[in-house]
Amino acid sequence: MVGASAAGLAAAETLRREGYEGTLTLIGDEPYHPYDRPPLSKQILGGQWDPDRVPLRAPADLDALGLDLRLGVAATGLDLADRTVALADGARVPYDGLVIATGVRPRRLPGDGGERAHVLRTLDDALALRDRLGPGRRLAVVGAGFLGAEAAAVARGLGAEVTLLEPAPVPLAPAVGERVGRMLARAHHDHGVDLRTGVAVAEVTDGGVRLTDGTLVEADEVLVAIGSVPNTGWLEGSGLTLGDGLECDEYSAAAPGVYGAGDVARWHNPLFGTAMRIEHRTNATEQGMAVARSLLRPDERRPFAPVPYFWSDQYDFRIQAHGYLRGHEEVAVVEGALEERKFLAVYRSGDRVAGVLAVGMPPKAVRTWRQAVATRAAWRDAVGELVPEGT
Amino acid sequence: MSGDKGDGDGSGEGKGVTMRVEVDVPKCVASGQCVMIAPDVFDQREEDGIVVLLDERPPSELHADVRESAVVCPAAAIRVVEK
Ligand SMILES: Cc1cc2nc3c(=O)[nH]c(=O)nc-3n(C[C@H](O)[C@H](O)[C@H](O)COP(=O)(O)OP(=O)(O)OC[C@H]3O[C@@H](n4cnc5c(N)ncnc54)[C@H](O)[C@@H]3O)c2cc1C
Ligand code: SF4
Repeated sequence: MVGASAAGLAAAETLRREGYEGTLTLIGDEPYHPYDRPPLSKQILGGQWDPDRVPLRAPADLDALGLDLRLGVAATGLDLADRTVALADGARVPYDGLVIATGVRPRRLPGDGGERAHVLRTLDDALALRDRLGPGRRLAVVGAGFLGAEAAAVARGLGAEVTLLEPAPVPLAPAVGERVGRMLARAHHDHGVDLRTGVAVAEVTDGGVRLTDGTLVEADEVLVAIGSVPNTGWLEGSGLTLGDGLECDEYSAAAPGVYGAGDVARWHNPLFGTAMRIEHRTNATEQGMAVARSLLRPDERRPFAPVPYFWSDQYDFRIQAHGYLRGHEEVAVVEGALEERKFLAVYRSGDRVAGVLAVGMPPKAVRTWRQAVATRAAWRDAVGELVPEGT
Repeated sequence: MSGDKGDGDGSGEGKGVTMRVEVDVPKCVASGQCVMIAPDVFDQREEDGIVVLLDERPPSELHADVRESAVVCPAAAIRVVEK
């Protein structure tokens, strides 16, 4: 396993639990035991948790897996013919089966190398930003995606003055639709965040953030949260297909005996009939488990066809979504009301239910709609007439 | 039903393995994965979806599902202790 985080660990754990007794090497370039990322922009940034809360497994449980753990060392190359992975320390690790789970890294902006510029992907990133936030500090967040929005909310909670800069007119519209995006924008306004949409950022400068029209948005700290880039550099020249991530088939296989899992992997999900790369916490685990099973029992392997799930905490509410919302053609609020921040919205692609997004709804209601996604229920039966977005 | 032969459910250990389940409630993010996998062992609070442990010592036929829930839980909030 290359990549010692959610997906790599899930693969290792599943291989052991389901009877693999051979050598299991888990390679990761971070110096820490596998840890969880979602709390980084929530409890860690907010200072409610100490870093000792984020390891994914207790040391004893990790020990019990009997892994050959190679931490703090990056994989630098892959030889498919030889079946070896080359490491930065010069070692070559032979394999019979390989799981590629190297995740993603933050996309950067020009000039963001300086003191005040931050990204938020690792524990060190989160601790560095946390140490510089507090009452009266001015934070500019570039990008109002889930990550930027969560960080903005937490920074407000710490008393910082927050400016949130977003190029699109409505934040997250492609992901969750215009109406839910506007609801999120209102939540920022209500909590005193200066949300500026439709602005293009040119660079991070000494004084803050420079927009393309020349305006300087002054800030003490700048968080760049403009999406991510798959960590596939070490696979270049290996013969594997790299595009937007590691290209895999419906089994998450990239080559015979070589699988991709988690944020780095793009695979064909037969449930939705489309290729997708999912940057969600549960997908990392589920895909790690699925590829472990395919490695253990190649004759019984099945396509990886999950209903993706994510959650995001914003201020005092939590968004939960099941399904594949991107590219949706219609959104219907079937329960509750957006204005009250208690609602359940259903998403349509083609003539089928593609996803459900809920805020503050009882878990049973959400699970019922998730089932409609899992069975790809017909929209007409589940919701009603088809009304295209924008009519 | 405490299975004194390994009956191929993947646990392999045989002879009356006992299981204790621990949940770290403040870590739970209300995803409901555990409830979908092992509804006899886990439930969710109606108001906020936070996990409720129904059975701290589940019977052996549920062990495989509980172990699965512990791995799947996106908050690493479920811990399984087996003896
Ligand atoms: C701040 C933050 C908040 C998030 N919040 C949520 C949330 O609320 N809900 C949600 O669903 N998802 C959330 N996510 C997404 C979720 O954390 C990811 O989907 C998940 O971590 C993916 O796991 P992974 O194992 O695929 O990749 P990663 O966690 O990225 O792990 C990949 C590992 O591989 C290492 N690596 C990279 N290249 C190499 C190499 N060449 N050699 C060795 N090691 C290498 C990396 O350093 C890293 O340790 C959040 C992510 C972040 C960063
Ligand atoms: S799977 Fe984990 S996070 Fe989800 S409800 Fe169960 S305990 Fe909570």
